[in-house]
Amino acid sequence: MSARVTWAIAVRVLTQLRRDHRTLAMLLVLPCLLITLLWWMYRDVDAATFDRLGPSLLALFPMVVMFLVTSVTTLRERTSGTLERLLAMPTGKLDFLLGYAVAFGLVATVQSLLAVGISVWALGLEIVGPGWLMVIVAIADAILGTALGLFVSAFARTEFQAVQFLPLVIIPQLLLCGLFLPRDRMPAVLETVSDLLPLSYAVDAMQRLATTDRTGEVWTDVAVVAGFALACLALGAVTLRRRTA
Amino acid sequence: MNSAPIEIRGLTVDRGRRRVLADLDLDVEPGVTGLLGPSGCGKSTLLRAVVGVQRIAGGSVRVLGHQAGSAALRDRIGYVTQAASVYDDLTVAENLRFFARVLGAAPAEVDRVVDAVDLGAHADQVVGRLSGGQRSRASLAVALLGSPDLLVLDEPTVGLDPVLRRDLWALFHRVADAGATVLVSSHVMDEAERCDRLLLMRDGAILAHETPESVKARTGTEDVEAAFLALVESGAGPGDPR
Repeated sequence: MSARVTWAIAVRVLTQLRRDHRTLAMLLVLPCLLITLLWWMYRDVDAATFDRLGPSLLALFPMVVMFLVTSVTTLRERTSGTLERLLAMPTGKLDFLLGYAVAFGLVATVQSLLAVGISVWALGLEIVGPGWLMVIVAIADAILGTALGLFVSAFARTEFQAVQFLPLVIIPQLLLCGLFLPRDRMPAVLETVSDLLPLSYAVDAMQRLATTDRTGEVWTDVAVVAGFALACLALGAVTLRRRTA
Repeated sequence: MNSAPIEIRGLTVDRGRRRVLADLDLDVEPGVTGLLGPSGCGKSTLLRAVVGVQRIAGGSVRVLGHQAGSAALRDRIGYVTQAASVYDDLTVAENLRFFARVLGAAPAEVDRVVDAVDLGAHADQVVGRLSGGQRSRASLAVALLGSPDLLVLDEPTVGLDPVLRRDLWALFHRVADAGATVLVSSHVMDEAERCDRLLLMRDGAILAHETPESVKARTGTEDVEAAFLALVESGAGPGDPR
């Protein structure tokens, strides 16, 4: 492992993003617009629903957006030959994965500062816990999305196939995360399944921050999400091969 | 160094169900060696085995005294694949600065290799907007970073104009004159004349490994393409794969 190589990869990924204005807008502006849309939708009916759903969506956006962007960009690395070239150079597999995690982690920081900031200060989202901890949850969640995207890109041959993992990997997590029905009211089997899915913990953390200032449990949730992210990065490392057939 | 920079013994490679290379023995000496043969004859597979990115079914490949693909070689080999392995959404200079950082090469290397492949006028252009030939030169420039001891180039001159091709071959010879080993593949036989030594390859077998003059003299032909035909028709060649 080399800090020099990890940092080189992170800087390179950020340089590529800076040039791709549309993707940058999707990463930074779209979450703000969507949360505003939710606020607007409920504005005249009942503001309490926005307070209930808003925090969950702040957990959802970073993961979905980072998953999408990372799965496509790393697939591009695999198909263009740049990954093979990097692995023939003194690049550790972890350098490659951490480089991506660092770059998207930094983007996630800006993304969640914007989304949480707009929700709390402009749209009047009522939260009891500290706002900065929401940003931390969102960052862990974004790194999870990055790690998942890196992992699934190994199983796709084209960008078209990579995008198809979105409904497979994300939508079940979305349905079972407690957004539609509290998790403890689901059939026992589904409740167990939702206990095994990382997004559930990110949503739990956000909902806790909305209703209480007990931060201890939130840190536990953050640790679970981070654990899932590390496990996915480790699985991703297995899919990076220096020698191919 | 007493042994050859590349020593291949009994190399066997399968891709899918097909045996691409069977029990191949080969030593490659310093200088510019051209690997010539038709598309699909196993050139790229052989080069990939030398770089150490090809999964092999048997035999050994030793490069600069180490097993191919070992960590000690990773900053000593420059490798260019047929696809231009550079980032389309970065400029030429950004690509080179990135790979130089990965290799731990001095920043001044970037300017040197940009000049070497004659891309100075395009250094700040995004690679995706360059022509095919310019993109492959950008990819070649990456391989030149840090002055590697072995340069492995898979069809680096495809689609380039004759003037540029001549300049690149001159560059390969300058690199070799500085002490490196250069292994270049091509399916264009007229490039053979520019090599110090030739490896003529067909169906995974090496038909000839000698200087252009020697293979022409041996087969009594005027050019390398005719020599290649003569070798194929006489059924010659060390080590037939089947």
